[in-house]
Amino acid sequence: MSAQVDTHAHQDDHGHHPKETFITKYIFCQDHKMIAKQYLITGIIMGVVGILMSLLMRMQIAWPTQPNPIFEALLGKWAPGGVMDADIYLALVTIHGTIMVFFVLTAGLSGTFSNLLIPLQIGARDMASGFLNMVSYWLFFLSSVIMVASFFVEAGPAAAGWTIYPPLSALPLAQGGSGAGMTLWLVSMAIFIASSLLGSLNYIVTVLNLRTKGMAMTRLPLTIWAFFITAVIGVVSFPVLLSAALLLIMDRSFGTSFFLSDIFIQGEVLHYQGGSPVLFEHLFWFLGHPEVYIVLLPALGITSEVIATNSRKPIFGYRAMVASILAIAFLSTIVWGHHMFISGMNPFLGSVFTFTTLLIAIPSAVKAFNYITTLWKGNLQLNPAMLFSIGLVSTFITGGLTGIILGDSALDINVHDTYFVVAHFHLVMGISALYGLFAGVYHWFPKMFGRMLNKNLGYIHFWVTAICAYGVFFPMHFIGMAGLPRRYYTNSNFPLFDDTSNVQILITVFALVGGVFQLVFLWNFFHSIFYGKKAVQNPWRSNTLEWTTPVEHMHGNWPGEIPHVERWAYDYSKPGHDDDFVPQNVPLKEGEEELQH
Amino acid sequence: MTGLLTILILLGITIAIWQMVKIFDLAQVNKDVTQVANNKDNKTQGYLMLAFLGFIYGITIVSFALWGDLPLTSNSASEHGPEIDRLMIISMAVIFIVQTITQFLLHYFAFKYRGEKGRKALFYADNDKLEFIWTVIPVIVLAGLIMYGLFTWTDIMNIDEDDDPIVVELYAQQFNWKARYAGEDNVLGKANVRLINLDNANILGLDEADPNAQDDIITTELHLPVGQPILFKMRSQDVLHSAYMPHFRAQMNCVPGMITQFAFTPTVTTEEMRLNPDIYEKVRNINRIRVQKSKKLQAKGEEPLDSYEFDYLLLCNKICGKSHYNMQMKIIVESEEDYKAWLLEQKLFKNSLVQN
Repeated sequence: MSAQVDTHAHQDDHGHHPKETFITKYIFCQDHKMIAKQYLITGIIMGVVGILMSLLMRMQIAWPTQPNPIFEALLGKWAPGGVMDADIYLALVTIHGTIMVFFVLTAGLSGTFSNLLIPLQIGARDMASGFLNMVSYWLFFLSSVIMVASFFVEAGPAAAGWTIYPPLSALPLAQGGSGAGMTLWLVSMAIFIASSLLGSLNYIVTVLNLRTKGMAMTRLPLTIWAFFITAVIGVVSFPVLLSAALLLIMDRSFGTSFFLSDIFIQGEVLHYQGGSPVLFEHLFWFLGHPEVYIVLLPALGITSEVIATNSRKPIFGYRAMVASILAIAFLSTIVWGHHMFISGMNPFLGSVFTFTTLLIAIPSAVKAFNYITTLWKGNLQLNPAMLFSIGLVSTFITGGLTGIILGDSALDINVHDTYFVVAHFHLVMGISALYGLFAGVYHWFPKMFGRMLNKNLGYIHFWVTAICAYGVFFPMHFIGMAGLPRRYYTNSNFPLFDDTSNVQILITVFALVGGVFQLVFLWNFFHSIFYGKKAVQNPWRSNTLEWTTPVEHMHGNWPGEIPHVERWAYDYSKPGHDDDFVPQNVPLKEGEEELQH
Repeated sequence: MTGLLTILILLGITIAIWQMVKIFDLAQVNKDVTQVANNKDNKTQGYLMLAFLGFIYGITIVSFALWGDLPLTSNSASEHGPEIDRLMIISMAVIFIVQTITQFLLHYFAFKYRGEKGRKALFYADNDKLEFIWTVIPVIVLAGLIMYGLFTWTDIMNIDEDDDPIVVELYAQQFNWKARYAGEDNVLGKANVRLINLDNANILGLDEADPNAQDDIITTELHLPVGQPILFKMRSQDVLHSAYMPHFRAQMNCVPGMITQFAFTPTVTTEEMRLNPDIYEKVRNINRIRVQKSKKLQAKGEEPLDSYEFDYLLLCNKICGKSHYNMQMKIIVESEEDYKAWLLEQKLFKNSLVQN
């Protein structure tokens, strides 16, 4: 049956689009599957840049101010004699954060899998607007180029931290990177936000309007729920960051005082009066915190799908999973103040934000418990994607739990802006979302490229990454609780922290090993695109609609009619069926009941 | 040269991976090559999951054994410090218990239910009672932590002016700290960065006409009398800074254009803290490390490191530019007599101005 579909698709593909040129197929392509691949590969390239920066930082922290040939080779004039410059250290901190959060884990993750899976899993021929989708990708590409280009301006790239708090980010007098580098940062982010908004609107419209017959919202796979709600959060919060960026541009270039007041710097009083940096913090974190969930929810959506498929079991508590996505989305917009407990904001507001923040732990806990219960009495197919999904649940728990400390205003006083925070958010959103990205790549690689990734390399990749991730971030909590501030170029200026220097070296060793082993993934990825084992139509024996499409890509996804959906996505190992999976387009048997979801 | 070396190393690693792939490919000849996990994979990976659980527990135990003394959860030097420490320890205990149990379940299930061909999973999609239970348990635990946390927070942040706290200004600039004492009247003189006049050394922008400003005292070291409530007023002249005093469990951002505040009562003098057995041991350990480092430095013909003596510190904890990593001020907690004597030695603002 599947073989027939395949050949048919092949003919169909060539029959309908004889004039497809290289440019329309690979560059200005409006097909969602190609755009997904473009997002993924751009995201991977940005990921390599971002991770490389973190390794440079780690080497600097472990062996401060020591000449390092790698610095000299990669940083050039920023590392005279191989000694890293303090300014470029802060620039690395800033651009690493920006690239990883926005370019890899927002665009690379959401952009790839929303594009790939929304039409395929809801049964649509393409996105609602293929053109906007293409524009969205190219804006993202443009913003990536600008962000990377900012490394080549005279005074260096933005170096005020990825949160770019003014006045530091507003005044070139305060920091070299706040000149042309910061301008490029702001321009790049403005374009990025435009790209993200176009993408998000497209996802929302597509999910709401283009579902195939029978695909009720209550039958959507959890991946789609996650992408859909992520897009909604993006549309609600990204414009606020855009407004903050625009106001900052006004302050920087047109002399307004939205965020600046009473500043005396380098011997002169500046004219700014009446603004407040705290206002910027509010605007920034109104996006900044939801951004955590923009990064995390798609990863959790992918995990839901991968865990259910590979456990050969329905996801446990589908309704609770959807409800917790909705609860997280709602709560995520009213917790931003927990980044600002000690910003000078009214302490009463701190109390309010402590309350809402700890509330968000509840839906998160529900999700973690439901994943664990899904594994219970399953028939686990421990494919690399499954390992990364289990790994995600593990780091999500470890990283999420320390959120209880940081979300508690009284405790935040002493660990705010220390390495404890770095360890917390890297585990809960960085590593978790990265695992989600990897899980998605391993799982849907056959769908994207028609070939399989090598599983043994996948296993090596997972285990080394998993060990190194804990090796890096677990000990980091301890030096954070010792009071060691983050974003210090070197910690050797305080003898007080000399007893943390060995821990720093250990962390760096884990980071270097983990970083180098990502090459295994890169190799596997690019090698398998061309030489991987040919994939069958439904390699993981999955229920969702994307696996009913032919292996060979074609415009419109299905050669014939779009399949109708007859059941939810999680009929795995359902009693009464011989196979341990029942695709969504298989009609209910006589007398078979669909679970009421 | 070094660039070439880097490229060579990267090339070497790539070749190594390529060879590894070939070995794997060769090993897979005549076997199932679908690249989907088979029984053997499930078994291996299942056992590895169990081993990984051991790794997580192991790294936890090792971390506590090696670095358990690093966290600031005891020997706080302020009145509210022990409260934060207690809350921290309770929270850590809760986290520790949840972490141990959930990681066990996750990895043990991954091992126990590893796939076997022909076995069917249990079709188990829902259980309202179970889900209700694990929604309510976090609610109860979190409600307890929230209540405790909020009481502690309110207690710390509510400043009781009836205690007659000593008012001290912490003044931040790239990249150093100044302290301004209010003097005999305990009222800080009015100030604004617009009034800064470097010509007559009015470096903090005090209003020279304000009578309250005349007896203010500006210093580069922070001296505090033990047992007296101190109210800090924070100001910054250029960018955001954060006044972080970890030993006192105190931190507040310094924001240009506004005055922020934080209050605490120091309870242990610097001298007493140096004699505290934990701190004594910590300092000895740090000095051991410094001696070792010095040996390496001397071998390279550089200056050895000074021996370290414990002092309270005020650090900058908000990224503020190039020398952020070195923005610090020494804090000395001493008896009231010593404090007063020190204060008397300092110049009053009116006497510190340079007359032109």
